[in-house]
Amino acid sequence: MTFCAQVWAILWKDVRCELRSKQVWMGMGLFALLVLVIFNFAFDLRVENKAAVAPGALWVAFIFASLLGLGRTIAVEREKGSLDRLLLCPVDRKAIYLAKLLGNMLFIGAVELIALPVFAALFNVPFFTGPLLLIVLAGTLGIAAVGTLFSAMAAATSARDVLLPLLVFPLIVPVVIGAVRATGILMLPGGPSPNEPPWLGLMIAFDIIFLSVSMLTFEYVIEE
Amino acid sequence: MSGPYVEIRGLKKSFGLKPVLRGINLRVEQGERVALLGANGAGKTTLLRILAALTKPSAGSVSIAGLDIVDDAQQVRSLVGFVAHQPYLYDELTALENLLFFARMYSVRGGRERAQALLGRVGLERKANERASTLSRGQVQRLSLARALLHSPRLLLLDEPDTGLDEEGNALLETLLDEHLADGGTTLFTTHRLERALALSDSILMLNNGRVAYRRPAHEMELDSVRRAYQEVLR
Repeated sequence: MTFCAQVWAILWKDVRCELRSKQVWMGMGLFALLVLVIFNFAFDLRVENKAAVAPGALWVAFIFASLLGLGRTIAVEREKGSLDRLLLCPVDRKAIYLAKLLGNMLFIGAVELIALPVFAALFNVPFFTGPLLLIVLAGTLGIAAVGTLFSAMAAATSARDVLLPLLVFPLIVPVVIGAVRATGILMLPGGPSPNEPPWLGLMIAFDIIFLSVSMLTFEYVIEE
Repeated sequence: MSGPYVEIRGLKKSFGLKPVLRGINLRVEQGERVALLGANGAGKTTLLRILAALTKPSAGSVSIAGLDIVDDAQQVRSLVGFVAHQPYLYDELTALENLLFFARMYSVRGGRERAQALLGRVGLERKANERASTLSRGQVQRLSLARALLHSPRLLLLDEPDTGLDEEGNALLETLLDEHLADGGTTLFTTHRLERALALSDSILMLNNGRVAYRRPAHEMELDSVRRAYQEVLR
């Protein structure tokens, strides 16, 4: 069985299980929407400070919702002993990581697709397409790459719900800064200033580094 | 392959500071059926998990079919079928989908036909499209047996395989083990039922406190002598 076929088989299984149990998607989606609604009431959103506040609110909603889902995907496997079953199979551990990463991106992406129009409506900002989708994709990949690795690590402990945010938040700071700043620039009427760093490029660089490190270390994290 | 099918030398395993296996030496020939007996915490499950390449030894060496359990773990995994305490099934998938998934994981040729044939073999053909979560404990155990046999493993590791099985299920288990033996397969299983250990094995092995405390061919023993030896070992 090829590497891609292994990834596809595990991804197919995860998506099928999640579509039937609806444990992760529903919780993540509702959580993201609630955070956006609360921020909408909590902040004073005048025209002049909208570009400074709205991107932060959007990415906080995405990150909190993501962590909710990331914590569950591998924990569910561990709780039911199925991760052992997966580890028992002659499957490349990188394939397991990649399948879990793609699954997490799919779950997070679905939540983002629902949350973005709500965000645009609540914060009264234009519903951007092309550039914003690229930023969201790069940000999601960064969060999921780190989150998938550390959720595997945290799932082996009894304090996983506390441990996962403690491990993931510090590491995704570069992605969060890049994502918030890049999203903020899209909201500025005059466009980016000439001195503005290439935030999207920095996010992509971070994604590549973390994806590579995670692929190489996942085997040691997941096996005893 | 020459030499024993399973060879364990000086195997030790500790979890943190707690030693679980304290130097196991064991040889199992191809086609042999070994019953592992011992009290709770004797190290039976840990030994099976190491043989299944799920847990790494702390010291010592283990080889299966001449392959090292650590260095050749992926090859070893394709030779082993494991039924553990947990069913290792996905509750949200149907019985057939579970077997199809694992057939893909083990690259089983003609996976669908093999999965359907095994469902029939374990008496679950009518439950093929029902989710694993809706099956009874005994049916889940039958499905676990089908999962473990899916890729025609050469070494079958069974951790209390009779758990939840009714009389008919136990008869099925015996038949499946006989078929595995007829194909030249090797089996190690744990049980707390001494009469079952005697009936299903060629060799009785007792673990106590992480060491092999007793080993004898099953044909040399009666149920009473197994009981006496077991009591002696536990003392």
